[in-house]
Amino acid sequence: MSQTEARRIRHRMGKQERKNTLIAYSFLAPNFIGFAVFTLVPVLCAIALSFFEWNGGDISKIRFVGLDNYASIFAVKKVAEKGIEYFFTRSDLGITLKNTVFYTIVTVPLTIVCALALAILLNKIKGALFFRTVFFFPYVSSMVAICVCWSFMMMKNGPVNQIIMALGINFNKSWTADSTMAMWAIILVSVWRNMGYYMVLYLAALQGIPKELTEAATVDGANKWQQFLHVTLPQLKPTTFFVSVMMVISCFKIFDVVAIMTEGGPGRATKMLVTYIYDEAFSKIRYGSASAIAMVLLIIVLLVTIIQFSSEKKFSND
Amino acid sequence: MESTIHGREIRKDNPVLRKVFRVAVWIVLIALAAFTLIPFFWMISSSLKIDREVFAFPMRWIPETFHWENYSLIWQRVPLVTYFKNTAFIALMVTLLQTLTSSFAAYAFAKLNFKGRDVLFLCYIGTIAVPWQAYMLPQFIMMGYIGLYDTPWAMVALQAFSAFGVFLMRQFYRSIPTELCEAARLDGLSEYGIWARIMLPLSKAAIATLVIFTFVNTWNDFMGPMIYLTNDANKTIQVGLRRFIQQYSSDYHLIMAASLCSLVPVSVVFLCLQRYFIEGIATSGLKG
Repeated sequence: MSQTEARRIRHRMGKQERKNTLIAYSFLAPNFIGFAVFTLVPVLCAIALSFFEWNGGDISKIRFVGLDNYASIFAVKKVAEKGIEYFFTRSDLGITLKNTVFYTIVTVPLTIVCALALAILLNKIKGALFFRTVFFFPYVSSMVAICVCWSFMMMKNGPVNQIIMALGINFNKSWTADSTMAMWAIILVSVWRNMGYYMVLYLAALQGIPKELTEAATVDGANKWQQFLHVTLPQLKPTTFFVSVMMVISCFKIFDVVAIMTEGGPGRATKMLVTYIYDEAFSKIRYGSASAIAMVLLIIVLLVTIIQFSSEKKFSND
Repeated sequence: MESTIHGREIRKDNPVLRKVFRVAVWIVLIALAAFTLIPFFWMISSSLKIDREVFAFPMRWIPETFHWENYSLIWQRVPLVTYFKNTAFIALMVTLLQTLTSSFAAYAFAKLNFKGRDVLFLCYIGTIAVPWQAYMLPQFIMMGYIGLYDTPWAMVALQAFSAFGVFLMRQFYRSIPTELCEAARLDGLSEYGIWARIMLPLSKAAIATLVIFTFVNTWNDFMGPMIYLTNDANKTIQVGLRRFIQQYSSDYHLIMAASLCSLVPVSVVFLCLQRYFIEGIATSGLKG
């Protein structure tokens, strides 16, 4: 092959490659333009905005303040004066973090237990389709309707309290107006709503367990409980890990239930991280500090995601 | 349970005990299903009562007389039709744009080789991990500058280009054999032709999943509309319902009737297409 011919071929290949790239970009463009404008740019702006002070209005009034926003949400001055307790008992960020973490560490295991129990009951039973639909239904029904319904049901003299009183427990207050019960009301609604979703994930995982494994256990003389403990549960480990990570992330983003049922109250008893961001951004219009709190949320969620990625190999069976 | 070894085992255990166990499982399931459905039942029952009957002591699960007029009352008091129309418009536009653009982009990511593909894809995946609440404020400010504040288009723009759709479709397209595309290329079909005539028809199941996910999410979205839509004429059903609740906070029976109405469209969609929905979660959720 002469050199000129080789060059011509290479030239044609290059041309072809460029044409392919152009075609690929034309496929990507409609989505990418929207994605870049409405997601990518705002993400970058959010990071930048946390170092500025701006109360909306004219953009010329925006002022660079360095780490001041972070110093104020972490209440650095007061903490230096009165100790770290101040952060967790008085500052908004401390309280919202505490509430969000409490909500997360109660909701996640509770939902997992309910979802797993439902999945095991439904696995290999006739009529599973009907029950699956029933348990899944709360997940698709709209937040506002179900939250309002639950908060009515948990009012003074509502059906929930009437049942509790009939059981001999003397509690007749509106749950959402009581500073300890309000949090439990939110947890209850969250678990009730989400258990069906995770049940579906567990059902899929249960169906993926090879039959030979349970059969072998039966031949070895294991009873149902031993089978569950030593065969089923270990097989479900990757699913449980994945589900917990997903749920921790979504718990940290909780807003809807709180906004509809308690608006963060009574006092700050159910104020969550996102509720705090919303208040700073849209009620108090302090864009800088709202962005700084948003960065706290971002960092927490990214940390959880990184943990997931780094331990994914350890937990996957295959 | 069908294996012969297992069959012998069963016969060896007490068959009565097995039956009792079966029945027990059923009873537990029915009790749990009742617990799950109680709020819906209470909602229906309260929506047919008069206001002071809702919290009467002792409570009545079935109202004394059925007040069907509550349902005609709410249509007069709340602009439910407007809310429904706005929500349906947003949900349809988002679903349409989302499905179209993301299946288009997913084709490039799954089946074409080009410079920077992996970096770009990583960019997409990376933003799935970033919570929307972390960047909703700059997005909100930007929408204001573009002039989309308090318009349904803001909601469309917000949700139509999500990275999740691209990811879901790409995963599906990767399962379609590349030889199929190559054969079509040899036959002289352009890349657009391959997308339209081969990939799209093959990905009906994935598209169904994406459509129903997007539709349900858009219909039930609360925080986005709460931030963007202030004018009553632009509100979606979720924020409209909330406004109604705040305005008539003690008309419990009417609130329940309106809430029930808001549940109807999405329930119908879910019950008709639930197979796709649940299978979609089971496959994409696990690998997501």
